[in-house]
Amino acid sequence: MVAFLLVMVAAAAVVLVVSSPFRRAETDTADAVDPKTATKVADLEAAKESKYREIRDAELDHRMGKLSDEDFASTDHTLRAEAIDIIDALDRSEET
Amino acid sequence: MATVGRALLILGLVVAVYGIAASLYGARTGRRAWVDSGRRSMYAIAGLMTSAFLILEVAFLRSDFSYTIVSNASSTTTPTLYKAAAVWSTQQGSLLLWVFLLSLWSSLALFLTRRRVREIAPYATAILLGFCTFFIALATLFANPFTTTSSPPAEGAGLDPLLRHTTMMIHPPMVYTGYTMLTIPFAFALAALITGRLNAEWIQVTRRFALAAWLALGIGVLLGARWSYTELGWGGYWAWDPVENAALMPWLLSTAFLHSIMIQEKRGMLKVWNVSLILASGTMAIVGTFLVRSGILSSIHAFVSDPTLNISFVVLIAVMMIASVGLVTHRRAALRSESQLDSLFSREAVFLLQNLVLVALTAVIFWLTFFPLISEAITGTEQSIGPPTFRPFVVPLALILVLLSGIGPIIAWRRVTVANLRRSFTFPVAVALATLLVLEVLVGGIGGHVFALLMFCVGAFALAAVAQEFFRGVRARRAMTHEAAPVALFSLVKRNRRRYGGYTVHAGLAVLLIGVAGSSSFQHSRYATMKPGQSTRIDGYDIRYVRPTATASPEKISFGAILDVTKGGHHVTTVHTSYGLYPSQNPSLGVIGRFFNSGSVESRIGLDAGFTHDIWTVVNVGNAGPLQGLITEGDRKFASALAAIQRQPAADQQSQLTELFALRDQLINELTQRFVTHPWPVQFLLIVSPLVTWLWLGGIIVAFGGLIALWPIPVLVRHRVRSAVYARRLAREPA
Repeated sequence: MVAFLLVMVAAAAVVLVVSSPFRRAETDTADAVDPKTATKVADLEAAKESKYREIRDAELDHRMGKLSDEDFASTDHTLRAEAIDIIDALDRSEET
Repeated sequence: MATVGRALLILGLVVAVYGIAASLYGARTGRRAWVDSGRRSMYAIAGLMTSAFLILEVAFLRSDFSYTIVSNASSTTTPTLYKAAAVWSTQQGSLLLWVFLLSLWSSLALFLTRRRVREIAPYATAILLGFCTFFIALATLFANPFTTTSSPPAEGAGLDPLLRHTTMMIHPPMVYTGYTMLTIPFAFALAALITGRLNAEWIQVTRRFALAAWLALGIGVLLGARWSYTELGWGGYWAWDPVENAALMPWLLSTAFLHSIMIQEKRGMLKVWNVSLILASGTMAIVGTFLVRSGILSSIHAFVSDPTLNISFVVLIAVMMIASVGLVTHRRAALRSESQLDSLFSREAVFLLQNLVLVALTAVIFWLTFFPLISEAITGTEQSIGPPTFRPFVVPLALILVLLSGIGPIIAWRRVTVANLRRSFTFPVAVALATLLVLEVLVGGIGGHVFALLMFCVGAFALAAVAQEFFRGVRARRAMTHEAAPVALFSLVKRNRRRYGGYTVHAGLAVLLIGVAGSSSFQHSRYATMKPGQSTRIDGYDIRYVRPTATASPEKISFGAILDVTKGGHHVTTVHTSYGLYPSQNPSLGVIGRFFNSGSVESRIGLDAGFTHDIWTVVNVGNAGPLQGLITEGDRKFASALAAIQRQPAADQQSQLTELFALRDQLINELTQRFVTHPWPVQFLLIVSPLVTWLWLGGIIVAFGGLIALWPIPVLVRHRVRSAVYARRLAREPA
């Protein structure tokens, strides 16, 4: 009997956990963001973070003497141009 | 409670199947509630499996022998901590541990990504729930841990003596953590292929879990090696055993992935390669589980085998491989590289070469591990493969790997000039040459061990390269901030955790492989049979058998030896080694005999570990041969006394039996003490092995570096870019 009750409690808890999104689905819909836009923004945010890390890496490499001034100038210029492109794309995504 | 456990498993199976359906339906229709419900199914399974695992743990801790696996793998005399660890010494318990850890880590992964990778996540959830379904189904249908018996025995068989070791309490859960965590990047990679969202965000999510899996698996492998060194009584830490190799292969592949994914992040290259690597790592994790659980290849690490699981695992592995190959082929257009290598003298090129070496190493290990099965399939005879077959392939590749682990940190991304190369390489090359000089000229050479000499030199090169990187980094930071050196070092590592965590790992790997080269090339070992007072000599050390020791308890009988180690007349250390015999539950071995002839033995090594060398000893007493006559006579007398008691009225039997068994315990104790009072010659294995400590130290450094790299980076300030001017300012100030 105790075992049966315990299993019933577990089953009820499972139903409660699994069904909770359906109970609050309506409130969520109101402030939902277009999933395609959200995905694109998340993509660009990740790309931006990655590009920033790359710029920091190049700066550190240059300060440590692993990159010559000329190589650093060229690499840094390219990376920053790519970063601006990403930020512009982010701007556009957020405006739409 | 066994009924509750069984019900929880069935409930888990139902929830897993529902979760797959909900996730896929949600993904196809775009209905968020179904996707969330699918994700929450994983949380529910984590709760159910945690409860089921706790029920089983409590059964072991309470020595509830109505559970079949408790009576098979534990006993009332098993120490409490080992009772807790005995759960995963069984097939059933270990499969439950697998699915428990899988549900736990998957829940964590899905919780952390609940607002990210929105298109990928539902498919990843479905795939992870698929793994849960598979393992819960195995635990429910083929290896149910909650099977009970209506007539439980009074005493259990006890835990295998070889598993009574502290590392065995952590090693299996750690390896399983690595295996289960590797299924997470596998699931996200496969989901990214299904949806075609092969972008930067997928890499961010996958890389982090791959790193966590890599760290856990690495620690697990190292703990397994430590267990082998201190418990198995053969003096080694790595035997190229199938189960060891099974854990090493996904670790090598994930190492390759963690490097090559950086090339994709920075350059948009190697997309097919990266996704293939992480899919292969996930598949190898399942292959590893299959090897441990099935027993298809004989292993010193496999304590249970169940051929009934073979077909299920083979089907799962086949599905994983077909899905991986099919989806990578299907998405090959989206996986095209965005750029090419600028120069062969760049970090990208070094990473690429390192990747090829790691994959070649994995391929060699895979081929040699499965060669016995392949040979049996072709010739009908199973060819056994030992460490000597691995060495000619593995040693040169390991040398290249250490060399590249030194070159990687000191070479820049994209391109380098000759002047920069010279500046970066001068110090590490000088250190490597100095090492060569010291070893060859000052120490007097290392006697034809060319590979060991090369490993010491490339190891020194790698360590110097990493040290130089830290030094230059601190110097550059101090020039900017004028911080004190320790503060600058801390700030440098804190701001560049991935980079300096990785460099620390490289340094640890170099130390570890120097230890491997030293201990495997310059080890001295010999067998010696001695009586107390006798001595033998090994590698300049005099080892004297001082005196025997003996203890007897209901749990085990232990014969030991105290050895005194001297060098040049000076005392070096005293070591104690022992040989334990665990009683059998088989009554046919005799009332006394079952304590001495069970065949269930363990060796406790005598170890003096040092920075330069270890002195390692183990005693082998065998089956207490000189006592056999007395044991047989004791068995005969006790059997007749037992028969006489059983003929008495039932009311008198209990008191007489208590008296008889007290007498039995006394006799066992006296027989055991004869090892001290009438010692007979026993065999010792004596080993003097240099640099073993470097291996453990290197492993700790690797783990420390992994933790630095894994430690969460404070969430970067997510600026909301509103104008092109601000965008340009951000691009100028990325930090």
